[in-house]
Amino acid sequence: MELLSGGDMLVRALHDSGVEYIYGYPGGSLLHVYDAVYKQSHVKHVLVRHEQAAAHMADGFARATGKAGVVMVTSGPGATNTVTGIATAQTDSIPMVVICGQVPSHLIGDDAFQETDMLGIARPIVKHSFRVTDPVDIPEIIAKAFHIAETGRPGPVVIDLPKDMTMPNERFEYNYPKKVKIRSYSPPQRGHSGQIKKAVDMIFEAKRPIIYTGGGVVLDKSSDKLRELVDELGFPVTNTLMGLGAFPGTDERFLGMLGMHGTYEANVTMHHADLIIAIGARFDDRVTNATGKFCPDAKIIHIDIDPSSISKTITADVPIVGPVGSVLDDMLALIRSSDETIDAEALASWWKRINDWRPRHGMRYDKNEDGLMKPQEVIEAMYEATEGKAYVTSDVGQHQMFAAQYYKFDDPNKWINSGGLGTMGFGFPAAMGIKMNFPEDKVVCVTGEGSIQMNIQELSTCLQYGIPVKILCLNNGSLGMVRQWQDMNYEGRHSSSYMESLPDFVKLVEAYGHVGIRVTNRDELPQALEDTFNKYNDRLVFLDVKVDEKEHVYPMQVPLGSMRDMWLNKTERT
Amino acid sequence: MSQSQRHIISILLENEPGALSRVVGLFAQRGYNIETLTVAPTEDETLSRLTMTTIGNESKVEQITKQLNRLIEVVKLVNLTEGPHIERELMLIKVKAVGAQRAEIKRTADVFRGQVVDISSSVYTVQLTGTSDKLAAFIEAIGPSCVLETVRTGVSGISRGEKVLSL
Ligand SMILES: Cc1ncc(C[n+]2csc(CCOP(=O)(O)OP(=O)(O)O)c2C)c(N)n1
Ligand SMILES: [Mg+2]
Repeated sequence: MELLSGGDMLVRALHDSGVEYIYGYPGGSLLHVYDAVYKQSHVKHVLVRHEQAAAHMADGFARATGKAGVVMVTSGPGATNTVTGIATAQTDSIPMVVICGQVPSHLIGDDAFQETDMLGIARPIVKHSFRVTDPVDIPEIIAKAFHIAETGRPGPVVIDLPKDMTMPNERFEYNYPKKVKIRSYSPPQRGHSGQIKKAVDMIFEAKRPIIYTGGGVVLDKSSDKLRELVDELGFPVTNTLMGLGAFPGTDERFLGMLGMHGTYEANVTMHHADLIIAIGARFDDRVTNATGKFCPDAKIIHIDIDPSSISKTITADVPIVGPVGSVLDDMLALIRSSDETIDAEALASWWKRINDWRPRHGMRYDKNEDGLMKPQEVIEAMYEATEGKAYVTSDVGQHQMFAAQYYKFDDPNKWINSGGLGTMGFGFPAAMGIKMNFPEDKVVCVTGEGSIQMNIQELSTCLQYGIPVKILCLNNGSLGMVRQWQDMNYEGRHSSSYMESLPDFVKLVEAYGHVGIRVTNRDELPQALEDTFNKYNDRLVFLDVKVDEKEHVYPMQVPLGSMRDMWLNKTERT
Repeated sequence: MSQSQRHIISILLENEPGALSRVVGLFAQRGYNIETLTVAPTEDETLSRLTMTTIGNESKVEQITKQLNRLIEVVKLVNLTEGPHIERELMLIKVKAVGAQRAEIKRTADVFRGQVVDISSSVYTVQLTGTSDKLAAFIEAIGPSCVLETVRTGVSGISRGEKVLSL
């Protein structure tokens, strides 16, 4: 029987859980573990420059693959630096395992050097957490952490690891559990057949249906099943910000994103629908607008793995608790075996109305004659340059909305953004996490000059590990989204939304050993994109594109209104 | 919207450090109120039994139970108020007892099936068990002005009949 120290057990257990990369930063409480990492070659450690970035890297990997990303940080400040990253993952239900060093057990509670109550701090932003109290438990805790993080509604799990649990000269029997069983945790495996029957009956009765899907379809890898369902029914589809790519963005039946910055047709179709089939979506306030005015004629079928998401903000007529994929399978089987059919005539006239709504706004924007670009056209050009196939991460702000609106995602797991928490600083490290794991794919971070500065230090990590992500900075010289709200609601008083004294980003990235390209005029963009993706294919390129700072994101729902109440441009309201 | 009502939620919880703080933290985090809370180990030492009372309308309480069920350490949960149940709370109460008051308090305690468990020259300590309403009624009966101190355990509850909350 092989005996291992706690530190060795941790690393072995990570390997046995299928981990290739861990993202982290060392410190006193983790030195035994870092030594254990050094002595083997299966599990590779990526040294970030700030722990927040480690969490976002792990998160980016998780969003692209569905597997839990792993973070390792020291006690105290190392752990607290991950808090934003953990909260970002929790809000979007992203699987993650965060291993936090802790002071030795006998010092816990004494305000020891670099002691912090990480379990307490993280409690409201994790799916679950553990403290290791006996080194023998390490393999089991690791296995449980992955199981909890990745199954059911996914989420982050924090493990607090006191230093004395990892002593190199105290060795124990290593037992990695073949199967994890937690008696108080059993996520639903199937939807209730009676409820599914009711839902299918409603689908056959519907005259004005719409399918509204969210991140849950992506998380459950059920995008194929969604497409099958739509092929079967021919209903219109809209996706949330988190759900983009679950249904092809270029498909005729796709109405675009819905919600605050959704398309006119998606929001209006929702408003007039008599049946909403909500799949893996949670009726977030950025989707519904005022709940009291939400879709007055609609009956609601709500499929979600988490019962607490159902009837939380909008009451469901037919709740179905279960994994999206298995529920869709059961629904499809029932629809196909039924004697009834959908109301084709009603659907045809519904589509006619929808197609009449489509050109009303049509995601049009006016280009400037003088060559100063609008952010939308930059996204469109990048879409062409990457043939719509890139992994696109984003930060938070106007650029995020433009990317969501103008990059047509045809595949799931390709659009990676912090939709729920809205974390500026997310996009770049998330892109790094993806690029390390998909070296052959194009990975683009769409960002703003504000957001990128929140984790810009990671340029250094990219040099160390050779991570050639592409950074597309829509540089409007201001905190654009804040400025937009100030224009609309505060008579243009730009209180602290102007970024004076911006750095010269080209020089900055060059100082870090990368390639910087500045684009100030429309004419320069094609060559710059060509160089970014071809000439400098294997280099990190920072494309600093000057865009019109006066541009606003439209459509924009009117606060306290219904789904269909929108600003379509600076002067026109529905 | 339905009426706000008092609900008794009974939980079997893994008897592990940190589990209780997750339950209590959830209430603070989501803005739910806790009226009473009791917790103690059960005959199975790996489990604690927790009873809490909260006030809210139907949809609020449904959210509360769903959110509680999301906690990994919550093994089982029942809203006792949804069916026939027994609830009890224990109160120790110190009351001013001088002169004619002494006999009066003793009599009132008897009526409420309470016991005087400690006596000094001017103070009686009464122990009383019952529903929260009954405890409140006792205070009303002896007159709030002679109450010196009260301590209540919070509500414990159990379903009537054959229904049990166990693994
Ligand atoms: C960490 C964090 N702080 C503050 C905000 C609030 N916020 C939302 S968008 C935004 C402006 C972002 O500016 P920039 O990155 O330049 O993007 P732009 O809107 O100009 O495209 C701010 C400050 C946030 N989302 N995240
Ligand atoms: Mg900006």
